[in-house]
Amino acid sequence: MAASNIEVWQTGTVVETEAVTAETRRLVLSQSQPKKAEPGSHIDVMVTINGERQRRSYSVVDSSEDGLRVAISVFRAPQSRGGSVFMQGLNVGDQLEITQPLQNFPLRVGAPRYVLLAGGIGITAMLNMARVLRNIKADYTLVYAGRSRAAMAYLPQLEALHGDALHVHVDDEGTALKVDALLAGVDADTELYMCGPIRLMDAVKRGWDARGLSVPNLRYETFGNSGWFDPEEFVVRVPRLGVETTVGSGESMLEALEGAGVDMMFDCRKGECGLCEVRLLGLEGAVDHRDVFYSERQQHAAAKMCCCVSRAVSSGTGARKDPAGGRAVVTIDV
Amino acid sequence: MTAMMQSVSSTTNKVLGYPLNAWYVAAWDHEVTRKPMSRRIADRPLALYRTEDGKAVALADACWHRLAPLSMGKTLGKDEIQCPYHGIVYNSAGRCVSMPAQETINPSATVPSFPVVERYRYVWVWLGDATQADPTLIPDMHQMSSEEWAGDGETIFAPCNYQLVLDNLMDLTHEEFVHSSSIGQDELSESDFKVTQDGNTVTVSRWMLDIDAPPFWLKNMRDKFPGFEGKVDRWQIITFQSPSTINIDVGVAKAGTGAPEGDRSQGVNGFVMNTISPESAKTCHYFWAFMRNYRLDSQLITTQLRKGVHGVFGEDEAMLKAQQEAIDANPDYEFYNLNIDAGGMWVRRLIERQLTAEGRLIPTV
Repeated sequence: MAASNIEVWQTGTVVETEAVTAETRRLVLSQSQPKKAEPGSHIDVMVTINGERQRRSYSVVDSSEDGLRVAISVFRAPQSRGGSVFMQGLNVGDQLEITQPLQNFPLRVGAPRYVLLAGGIGITAMLNMARVLRNIKADYTLVYAGRSRAAMAYLPQLEALHGDALHVHVDDEGTALKVDALLAGVDADTELYMCGPIRLMDAVKRGWDARGLSVPNLRYETFGNSGWFDPEEFVVRVPRLGVETTVGSGESMLEALEGAGVDMMFDCRKGECGLCEVRLLGLEGAVDHRDVFYSERQQHAAAKMCCCVSRAVSSGTGARKDPAGGRAVVTIDV
Repeated sequence: MTAMMQSVSSTTNKVLGYPLNAWYVAAWDHEVTRKPMSRRIADRPLALYRTEDGKAVALADACWHRLAPLSMGKTLGKDEIQCPYHGIVYNSAGRCVSMPAQETINPSATVPSFPVVERYRYVWVWLGDATQADPTLIPDMHQMSSEEWAGDGETIFAPCNYQLVLDNLMDLTHEEFVHSSSIGQDELSESDFKVTQDGNTVTVSRWMLDIDAPPFWLKNMRDKFPGFEGKVDRWQIITFQSPSTINIDVGVAKAGTGAPEGDRSQGVNGFVMNTISPESAKTCHYFWAFMRNYRLDSQLITTQLRKGVHGVFGEDEAMLKAQQEAIDANPDYEFYNLNIDAGGMWVRRLIERQLTAEGRLIPTV
């Protein structure tokens, strides 16, 4: 199963909707050009936010064998940029532009042991993988962490399907996930696939490195939409071009710069490739690095940032103490 | 009105597609070394190499970055291969372990790593859905690596659709005409044959009783029974295992000594082991070997048989090439089928069933 980024756009028609938690809605889409979704794949969809078309990515949670239908699950984040509100508003019969399943997070068959780690809505990327690993009788553990049982999508189905292979950690039951304990059970041959909030993934990455585990055995996917802090509106300046613009909390710095007429270089739009990197000349506030391109050292140095996903916040603690005064200001060169 | 169920005949597609959920031989075991090599199987270019521990690896032969062929690169460390262009390094699972000029690794940077099993002196690869890559599905070719059999073989790069090779091997009537100087004889087209199909196999058996041994077989008889003269009973039992392996149990025994009933002690027995890996729609890698179960210690006989079969198969190769050229030059003409094609037609039907199951059968126009 290979990475595949050849985009085939097609029409998706909503054929089923279901609330799987208070905040999460499952949507089943029929594909006008059917293609089966391999584990780890996602679709990109075009959403309309305030009259503007924007693109969002959703993991495929399951698909029919003939590829006619793919299911996704949409979580309405408290700080949604608008995409999840649009998606949750869809009804049976509605149509939207979607890609055929894309693959950037392939499951490798043949590892001696697997750990699948899902935090919150990150479970959507793990459902299909876990099902396949169970089918091929692989040695796997599915670790699912969430705030409360009620907020954890697909929990009853997972319990029924995976039995003892499912390890559930629930914050409000006092069984919160302890990354150190999890990694203590991981050996040199284990492949760990994870999807979840950036704080969880950062903790796992640090622990992984600290234990000297094999870097390529840690597999993860981010759609670049998870940060350490809630998104805020901030100001970006490009003195060389005489540009100053505001980055709204619902848009990326890259989008704002493009909107201001700056000819930007970029590619993946999810903080992986590093092509959208900008040099920081000045900073009032702090950078919320949301990319996986820079090392921890480079992120601390805060000399550059990936403007497709990373943002500025007014306070390095994330607490906006001064609602009146303080928008962060980033001065950059591109 | 009663609806009539129409049964579907096997097609006579001139260019038959190949199933992907199957094990194909990518190479002989001795071909795959620490120095990467390139081979295209089922239209997938592969970079093949061995890890330090000797494990065979098959990666897609195109770097994730700019698709430069990894087979032109070099192996590093325990199990890694380095792209010859910008130095990106992958492990045997196809995961990038090092990228130039950055402190991190792009999590998307992988190349497909295909399941590999080494068995029967071959390196087998599975190019379809890896979750179905069950090693027990590898065709039985145990004579290749059994102490009770000796022999060797070669690879023919055949410039034709792989199905033409399967057609060739499923009907040995052609020996009379293509191989008249070695194994051909009139009785081949005069004798009756039996075709049976069971699951994923098709068997074609033919016995020719009380005949003169053709030159190839007379020589073999004399290797075991010096100075042999006289009539023989000759057999050819062709077994196809889907999608592209054909083992042929061949031999002759002194006439009337009970070979058809199972006593082959007064004869010589060989197995022609054939497995064909499609390279593209109109080319294939044809791996063959001739194994025997007598005079196991004689390297001379091994070499003579390999050279002899090489000569025989050279005649097939020339015919297959000419046939593919004629097919291409006559796009408006169809294939017709004869009674002798029963084995080949069952093969087509089994392959078409598998293609249908994979959703990849291209219907005949």
